[in-house]
Parts: sequence; C-alpha cells; structure tokens
Amino acid sequence: MSKPQTLFEKIWSRHVIFEREDGTSLLAIDRHLCHEGSFHAFDKLERENRIIRRPDLTFGIADHYVSTKAPELGNEEESLRIPIEKLTKNTQKAGIQLYGIGTPEQGIVHVAGPEQGLTLPGITLVCGDSHTATHGALGCLAFGIGASEVAHVLATQTLWQEKPKTMRINIEGELSPGVVAKDVILHLISVIGANGATGYMIEYAGSTVRNLSIEGRMTMCNMSIEAGGRAGMVAPDKKTFDYIKGRKHSPKNGNWDLALKDWRTLFSDKEATFDKEIYVKSSDIAPSLTWGNSPEETLPVTGEIPDPRKEPDESRREALELTLKYMGLTAGTQLKDIKVDRVFIGSCTNSRIEDLRSAAAIAQGRKTQVPAIIVPGSAMIKIQAENEGLDQIFIEAGFDWRATGCSMCVGMNGDITPPGERCASTSNRNFKGRQGPGSRTHLMSPAMAAAAAVTGRITDVRELTTVGL
Amino acid sequence: MEAFKKLEATAASLQIANIDTDQIIPARFLKTPRSTNHGDFLFHDIRRQSDGELDPKFVLNTPENSRTQILVADTNFGCGSSRESAVYALFDAGIRCVIAPSFGDIFYNNSVKNGLLPIELNRSKIEDIWQTLKTANTVKIEVDLENQTIHLPNGTNYTFEIDAFRKQTLIEGLDDIDLTLKYSQLIRDHEKNNATKRPWTATID
Repeated sequence: MSKPQTLFEKIWSRHVIFEREDGTSLLAIDRHLCHEGSFHAFDKLERENRIIRRPDLTFGIADHYVSTKAPELGNEEESLRIPIEKLTKNTQKAGIQLYGIGTPEQGIVHVAGPEQGLTLPGITLVCGDSHTATHGALGCLAFGIGASEVAHVLATQTLWQEKPKTMRINIEGELSPGVVAKDVILHLISVIGANGATGYMIEYAGSTVRNLSIEGRMTMCNMSIEAGGRAGMVAPDKKTFDYIKGRKHSPKNGNWDLALKDWRTLFSDKEATFDKEIYVKSSDIAPSLTWGNSPEETLPVTGEIPDPRKEPDESRREALELTLKYMGLTAGTQLKDIKVDRVFIGSCTNSRIEDLRSAAAIAQGRKTQVPAIIVPGSAMIKIQAENEGLDQIFIEAGFDWRATGCSMCVGMNGDITPPGERCASTSNRNFKGRQGPGSRTHLMSPAMAAAAAVTGRITDVRELTTVGL
Repeated sequence: MEAFKKLEATAASLQIANIDTDQIIPARFLKTPRSTNHGDFLFHDIRRQSDGELDPKFVLNTPENSRTQILVADTNFGCGSSRESAVYALFDAGIRCVIAPSFGDIFYNNSVKNGLLPIELNRSKIEDIWQTLKTANTVKIEVDLENQTIHLPNGTNYTFEIDAFRKQTLIEGLDDIDLTLKYSQLIRDHEKNNATKRPWTATID
C-alpha cells in the first residue's frame, strides 16, 4: 500500500517536474491568471526578448484599476487607463485570452476565475496577487506570486518552489445564528496570529467547512494569506463538482467524466499526517470585526477596545498605542459604540451572490445613514443580483450600486476612504492606508457591514435579524 | 540581477511588527514602471507627518541613516500584498539586506529575485542587535552570505539559515528563467505525460 498522503501532497507530487538535491522543486503550473499589475512581468520579458510559453493556459482579467462608477474604458483618469491598456496590449500581443472591461466574463480575478470554470480541483493555479489562495476552495493548489515569478511562469509555465509545511485547521460544529465564513476566518486569524501559518499550506477541514457553501469556502481560503499562509484549500466534494459543472471553461464531454473520477481521489488520506493541527469549535465564534491595523486584531462585536496599560511587553504596548492613535480609538470603548463614516461591500473576499443576498436581507426596508457602496465581484454576479431584485433593495435603502472591480479594497481605481474616515468594509486588509491614505478600516461580514450602513455605527447583526421574530 | 555575496554597511532598527507591503509602498505608486527609481516611494506615508513633511522621528529620516543598507525589522516584515514594487522601493533606496524574526512569504521570494537578502533570525537575537544599534549614531554590520554569518562591531557573531537554492541565486546573481530553460526537455516530457493522464488540465475547454 502506498504511503498515506495529504490532499496537498497528492497535488504537489503530480506537478513536480524535477527535484533538486536541496529539495527545491520545479513545479508545473496548469493555469495562470494575469491582471493589470502584471505589466512588470511583461515588461521584463520584453526587455529580455523572451517568448511566452503557454498563452493558451494564461488568462488576462482587468480588475484593479477598473472604474466602478463609469466602467466603460475611457472614463477613468489617464494614469489609471494606462495599466488597463497595457494589459490589453500585452495579452493581445501574446495571444492570451482577455476578459477586459465590458466583456460579460469580467470581474475580480479571484471571483471570475472560478466562475468561468478556470479553477479546477487538483490543478496548480497562480496569479500575481496574494489573494490567489481563494481558488483553493475548489481543491486546487493556488497561490500568489510576485512580478519576477509571474515572468517566470509566462516564460516557462513552471515555478521553483520549496515544499511548504502542512497545517490542517479542523473546525467542527454548527455556526451560531448571524455567524458566517468571514467571522470564522477572522476568528481563526486572531487565534493563530497574522503570521501563524507562515511557511505552511493550510487545509481547512471539519464539519463546519463541509457545511459551508463554495462561496463561504472561498471567503475562508481567500484570507489564508492574512494568517501568513500562502495557500489554503478545501478537499473537493459534491458541492464543488456541482459548482464547476457546465461553467464556460470546465471540462466538457468525455473529459468531464475522466476529471470527476480523478477529483474523487483528492482528499487527505485517513492516516496522513500534517506538520501542525489546529482545532476550533464553531460554537466559540461570534459575529466579529477587526479594530486595529492587522487582521489578527479581531474581536467579537460584543467586545471592547483593548487597554495598552494592560500590555506588559513594552514594544507591544507602544505598538498598541500607535494603532489606537491611527484608528482614532480609546481604550475601553465598546465596539458597538463606534460610529462609521462609510461602508464598502465588495472585494475578492466578499462580493459573491451569497454575500450580496445577506447584505440585502439587512438593507431591505431600512435606510443608509452613511455613504455605502456595493461592488459585485463580477459582471455575471451583477446581472444575477439584478435579476433577483437585490439592486432595487440596495438602491431604495440608499446604497450606491456599482459595477465590478477591486474598488475600495485597495483603492487603486480612485474609490478610496478619505483621510481620517472610518470604513466598515467586507474586504481583507485593515492595514494603515490600505483603503486610501489615512483611512481607518474595520473588516467584517457583508451582513455586519450592511448593518453598520443602516445604523451608522458598528452593529451586532443579530440585533437587526431577531427583530420581529 | 545584482549578486549578493558580502556586505558591510550601516544598519537601522525598525521596531514595528507586521510592516505590510502597503506600508512599504502605498498602492498608488504601483503603476510606476521598474525603469523609474522607486526609492522615494519607500515607506512613503508612514515616514511623513500629517502635513506631508518628513517625520524627523522616523528612523530612515535621520541624517545618520541616510546611507543605511541593512534594516533590522520586527516580526512578519513584508506581509500582505504580493507587490514586488515593495522590494523595488527598498532596493532603490539602497537597502540590500533585511533582518527580521519572520517575513511575509511572497515578499521573501520577491527579495531574493531582486538581489536583496532577507535574513530570518530569532527575535531575541534581533533584540540584541537593536540594543547594539542604540550604542552609537551609526553602527556598521557585516553580513556574509557565503558563510551565512552576521558580525556585529562588539564582536558578536550570528549564523543564519537560508536554503541552498536561494543562496545560489543571490550569490551568482542568477536569473532563474535562464536556469529553468535548461530543463526544457523535462518540461515538455511532463506536459506530454500530463496531456495523456489528465487531458482536461493540459488544454482549456
């Protein structure tokens, strides 16, 4: 009998082309997604006069600089138009399929990729973006890379990789009312820390994960990088196969049956061992949000701002004081007493149809108290939401219903939170200046963000959902 | 790529944990092509006061540290976004080596690809280096990649770990695309084999 293997080991071993004596392996890459930021890699290849090896396995998708107000190309400032046009030019020249502005397939690369059937169980998928781990929700090895590695993949369709250690995060039990995948991953990061999974490849397992929708699993895998993990994955199951079947680029005809047979072997064997195992009870998780500048600075919504005077370590105490100063917060303040200035619902973490439905359920029949924008994860999701009437619910409640793109998660397209303003956001990073210079970010689930929009302050979503029951 | 073998240079402490790549270079500078010097973008927002003037208290703004080539940082340096521009900014500002208890994993890889040496060192040793750096206005440290050692002026020596492949890349200033192209036949064989075993991954329907 062969040695028991983890899901990760099964995928890794089938992609090793060559292993050096020092253990670094040359890994085959099955799918490569590019966005506007990939211009550094294309520039490098042009300087070095290199050929792109497999344009047929590479896709371009415009998302980072795309305007969400007037999405037609030509409406944005010139400085933003340039990177979008570079992507068009570079993909055209190389014969790479582009899902550019105005195409029905366009969206945030980590939303559109799975949606178009480009993401499949068992494959290796890379993209020059740290949130590439999102795709691991479908049972593949997906990770973010820098520009030099993007160039390496374009030129060779391979990457040199050191084999990461493996970590299994087991989450068991039923989630409490009002608790969703975003709360689970925020809670996890607060438990293991922002570098708790550095050097590890995470597999999320347990009944809670099995019971999550594919969208929920994507939200969890998406934020693996916020725990330091370069990749996160969930073993594929019937939900995964149902999600993939019939999508534009999913295997067709005879290939579908072959693929399915293979995908059913993709799970961690019972006896397989991990370098680290973490156990979490889902009953310990409440609706949560971040209060500081690192995603590990997460608390249940019923919590209060920590007191630096209680921190014994000097450098940590100073860091905490700086964080509170940047965030404009006072020790001991109840999270629920914090007023917000604006709300952003979107990003590769939380912009899928399920996210929009949960936000709409809170928005329905209420009115926004602060500016709030909703940015669907893809053009297809926007249409689906409109067919379900969600856009009308949002518009009547006073939300600004936008076109797709990365938008205020990273602020590169001009959608920013102004200096000193506080934003309740469904994105993935609460770093200083992430949503714009001087912006103050609180990360939370779509329903919690919608609740903040209609009350104007951090709100326990359970207070809005239990009314009338 | 510029090779890295040995360096004796001024070092500066950056005692803040979780310095993410958004702080190293804010997103609005990412449109800039590599041919433009990225040095002025380094720590652009965190080294300035709210009026936009340079904050005299920020470590790299002091005259003593204007020629710093080694940063001694805290846990999880370079976490977050995969933007390689973070490394361009450090490199163009003259930084050739960052020593920290841990690094964001993509940042670590990006550094090696650009001739910047990231050194992982136990936090208690880092604290000792911070102490040493406090003893004078400018303190020079020697980093020897070949022997994997750090020498402090007070005579303390540390050894550090780095995997053989990355070490070779840095010492030789190697472009790994050239290296990989030597394996073209193996890559073709793998592709052929994969097309038979898993045809749905070999092409896109």
